Amino acid sequence: MNVERPDPDELLARVEREKAKAKQGRLKIFFGFAAGVGKTYAMLSAARERRAENIDVVVGLVETHGRKETAILLEGLEVLPTKQIEYRGASLREFDLDAALKRKPSIILVDELAHTNAPGSRHPKRWQDIQELLDAGIDVFTAVNVQHLESLNDDIGQISGIRVWETVPDTVFEGADEVELVDLPPDELLMRLKEGKVYLPQQAQEAIRNFFRKGNLIALRELALRQTASRVDAQMLDYREVHAIREVWQVSERILVCIGPNDLAERLIRAGKRFATALRAEWIVVYVETPELQRLSAEKRDAVLRILRQAEQLGAETATLSAPEMSEVIIKFARERNVTKIVMSKPRRRGWRRWLLGSVVDTLISQAHNINIYLLGSPQGEAAGTELSLYRKRSLPGLSERLTIRKKGYYRGYFWAVAVTLVSSLLAWLMFGRFELANLVMIFLLGVVYIATRFGRGPSILASILGVGIFDFFFVTPYFSFSVADTQYLVTLAAMLIVAMLISNLMANVRSQAKVAAHRERRATVLYSMSKELVASQREDEIVRAAVRHIHAEFGSRNVILFPDVQGRIVYPKDRSLSESLHGADLSVAQWVMDHNEMAGQGTNTLPGAKAVYFPLGSGEQSLGVLVLLPINLRRVFLPEQRKLLETFIGQIAQGITRVRLAEQARSAQLQMEAERLRNSLLSSISHDLRTPLATIVGSASALVEEGHCLSSQDKLELGHAIYDEAQRMSNLVNNILDMARLDAGVVELNKQWYPLEEIIGTVLTRLQKQLEGRPVKVALPSGVPMIYADTVMIEQVLINLLENAIRYTPEGSPLEIRAEASPFAVEIAVADRGPGIPKGRENLLFEKFYRVRQETAQSGVGLGLAICRAIVEVHGGTIRAENRSSGGAIFSFLIPLDHIPPTIEPDE
Amino acid sequence: MADPDPIVVVIEDDPPIRRFLRTGLGTHGFEVFEAGTGRQGIIEAGIRKPDLIILDLGLPDMDGVEVVKAVREWSDRPIIILSARSAEQTKIEALDAGANDYLTKPFGLGELLARIRVALRHSLRNSEQSEVFTTGNIRVDLLNRLVYTDDQEVHLTPIQYRLLSMLVKNAGKVVTHRQILKEVWGPAHTENSHYLRIYMSQLRQKLEADPAQPKYLLTESGVGYRLKV
Repeated sequence: MNVERPDPDELLARVEREKAKAKQGRLKIFFGFAAGVGKTYAMLSAARERRAENIDVVVGLVETHGRKETAILLEGLEVLPTKQIEYRGASLREFDLDAALKRKPSIILVDELAHTNAPGSRHPKRWQDIQELLDAGIDVFTAVNVQHLESLNDDIGQISGIRVWETVPDTVFEGADEVELVDLPPDELLMRLKEGKVYLPQQAQEAIRNFFRKGNLIALRELALRQTASRVDAQMLDYREVHAIREVWQVSERILVCIGPNDLAERLIRAGKRFATALRAEWIVVYVETPELQRLSAEKRDAVLRILRQAEQLGAETATLSAPEMSEVIIKFARERNVTKIVMSKPRRRGWRRWLLGSVVDTLISQAHNINIYLLGSPQGEAAGTELSLYRKRSLPGLSERLTIRKKGYYRGYFWAVAVTLVSSLLAWLMFGRFELANLVMIFLLGVVYIATRFGRGPSILASILGVGIFDFFFVTPYFSFSVADTQYLVTLAAMLIVAMLISNLMANVRSQAKVAAHRERRATVLYSMSKELVASQREDEIVRAAVRHIHAEFGSRNVILFPDVQGRIVYPKDRSLSESLHGADLSVAQWVMDHNEMAGQGTNTLPGAKAVYFPLGSGEQSLGVLVLLPINLRRVFLPEQRKLLETFIGQIAQGITRVRLAEQARSAQLQMEAERLRNSLLSSISHDLRTPLATIVGSASALVEEGHCLSSQDKLELGHAIYDEAQRMSNLVNNILDMARLDAGVVELNKQWYPLEEIIGTVLTRLQKQLEGRPVKVALPSGVPMIYADTVMIEQVLINLLENAIRYTPEGSPLEIRAEASPFAVEIAVADRGPGIPKGRENLLFEKFYRVRQETAQSGVGLGLAICRAIVEVHGGTIRAENRSSGGAIFSFLIPLDHIPPTIEPDE
Repeated sequence: MADPDPIVVVIEDDPPIRRFLRTGLGTHGFEVFEAGTGRQGIIEAGIRKPDLIILDLGLPDMDGVEVVKAVREWSDRPIIILSARSAEQTKIEALDAGANDYLTKPFGLGELLARIRVALRHSLRNSEQSEVFTTGNIRVDLLNRLVYTDDQEVHLTPIQYRLLSMLVKNAGKVVTHRQILKEVWGPAHTENSHYLRIYMSQLRQKLEADPAQPKYLLTESGVGYRLKV
């Protein structure tokens, strides 16, 4: 790494952090080493000072424990009412987060950072409440004692003999903007205790008095001072980095903590955390799942899972690796990630076993030359064998359900082991005397191999032992006895047993490797099939439906994807739900997830009381929506590999939705441009077409008014005619424009009724009687006059426009034809002429607004007639088209679908 | 026609149209009284005892349909309504309420005069209901319930006859779908307008030379039918 140059990523991260900080509230922690040092007092004094500076300070929750000095300080400060939560008959007083968020003061006081909230609160822990206050931009004053810090929990437990369960992640402490150490010499504290100035809960008085031993207090004080000092140290480093980046540049360290499914795991991650903090290094916690470990009980796997998540809370990156050999995969991972230090537990195998079978640690030491390895021993007094007894009691909320349904064929394996061994024995008996004994051994081993491949380790071990027993009993002299006459057979038997066992093990490993491989392949397939479907989807609802189906298929959970409405409020989907859809998701939880871009619900730290799990659906800063999942089995969702898969799913879905939305945005921009263009052409066209007749009308009328006295009656008549004709033309034009506008605006209400086609055509012909004079019009209707279900006034308009068009563009006297054809699903009506036809390639342009075959000619009309026809036909769900007739002339035809069954009536005779 | 000039009351709020109607009708021998509002119009119609009322549906003070109803309470003189193109539904309501005919703006003077003549003739005939009605080659003997085209007797079903006689009674006048359905099929069937269309089509097959281009049984698009006289 180039020491001269600052890492641009690091600089960027710093800028981001500072930006985020600016929006966030500031956290000030009053830090003490024991109860009674005066944290609350100091906090209230600070609050009063701010109050005096006219800053909006509010007390969210402060415990005075009946101390007078403290209570006096509360006077004059605004105190928010607390929330009463009923739990198992008791009424618990809790901090009211929502009230505080609503009140939104500049500074809020919330005592007891490590407090655990009553069940049913939004967050299980108070520090999470405070995090939310900070996110809302509110400054927070809070207080905590040193023994509540997560990473110091072990040490203090050992020093004081009292373990506190209410812990605060170190990240919260480290993230604080200010830490004020409230210090008091232990002697003074003991004095105050004697004077009864220190509040102690009634229960466990004795134990707590034990805690207040002078030795204890000195040790705790030292820890608190050291913690504060290391913070100051870190601040100084930070300062130097900011102000003299080039001079002091950290060579980054990366620590890898390897945990196993045992007691040490928790201690390992705490040690890793402290180590990482001290070195200011990144740290990664890995759990290697070997085939052997995959056979662990569900509880133990849950415990590992819980520890990994605890590590995440402490700021670590976590990974679950799955491989047959632990040391190999650790080294590979460490190299990939440029790890400089590995922290792990001391080898479990001791003495000859370690010497014979080796240990992971030894392999690592011999192979990883450039990586320092740190080993952590078991604490004294704790037996190394107490595996995870602790975690069973404190397993993850909601993760306690078991996967107890064993496979039905579990005992069948053992049955088959016995059966196959008996068959082997029979075969061996048949061969006995004719073949060497070594061959008989092979027959038994063959049986073991078969059982191992089919039924796994247990049955194959049974087969091994049974086989060796039978072999000894029947085939080794003396027969029908387990004793062995010739000592060389002892070697045979031992070798046979060892080989059989080894085979069992190997085959079992192969089997579980194959299972893991199959799992992986299935996951890849599932992911592939979903991606394929997502990529093929063009609409958001299609994507959502595909996502819901695939998530259900993979995670066995009903689920639903919720999106915010325009105001940003999460609402239930309007689309038709699928059988895989989840109903009744809690919108308020979903809203929280949406706003905070963090998961919540069952099995998480936020609102763990909710039945479902809520994931933000996002591919970055802003979540697009919320995925709500109702797991039938939490493990299927929270196992690390499943979590990763789900995260990948979510990423894919979010990407798909973003893609579709962007495409939609592009499309609507395109449409808007189109509309703009159309409006412009409409304006220019209308202004031209309205002005022309207007000029004639104004001119002629002014002539009549001003020159009326000297005009002949013939002239007057001509001028009158001109006015009449042009006014008529303008009237038609205005009607067309208004019709088009109404159709475009979509305000037209269809008055659909059943009409005989004949009547519609009759009406149209009557109305056009004058214009049609001198033209033969042939009407060809199919027998049994079809009826159409339509708005007749509009359909008549279509026919009138088509006929007027034909009249206008074909030579006078040329014949016209109206035809209709009916199918069970539609009626097609056509108007045909014998005119010049339509220029090639213009057939569809004709129906565009303001299109005219010849621009700016004396032909009247604006080119709206056919556009109106198309709009009317389309609101009826039909289509319209124009063609040239092979025998000359043009034909315009439109199709009106028959989506109802035509009514029939009884004849009345 | 009686000797004194026929009296026409024009209820219309637009002065230029009133002026056009006054001069146009005046030159054709009508005595014209004007009203600019619905209320004024109802008073004029009461005082002037008009032979005919021309009513614009878009009045500033009240709904034109209400004016029709008010006038119909005491007068059966013909009412011709003037409507804008967008007021399709109001037009039908006014006809249902008892107006005789309608004209869509803009209209020419000739068109208006033709409608006025038909309306006046119809109101005249109403007073002397004859037993035999004739239009073109169609003859209806109302007394004996017989129908002829070109003196050939045409056999009609009972409903077809009821439909035809309804149109004959209102010859020349626009009859709305609702009015016909109510009279021929009864008040319960006013929504089943496809009955009417199918019977009208059958009637045309029997009475018209070319049913696709009827000469007598005319369709008033979207409103109803009219028997041409």
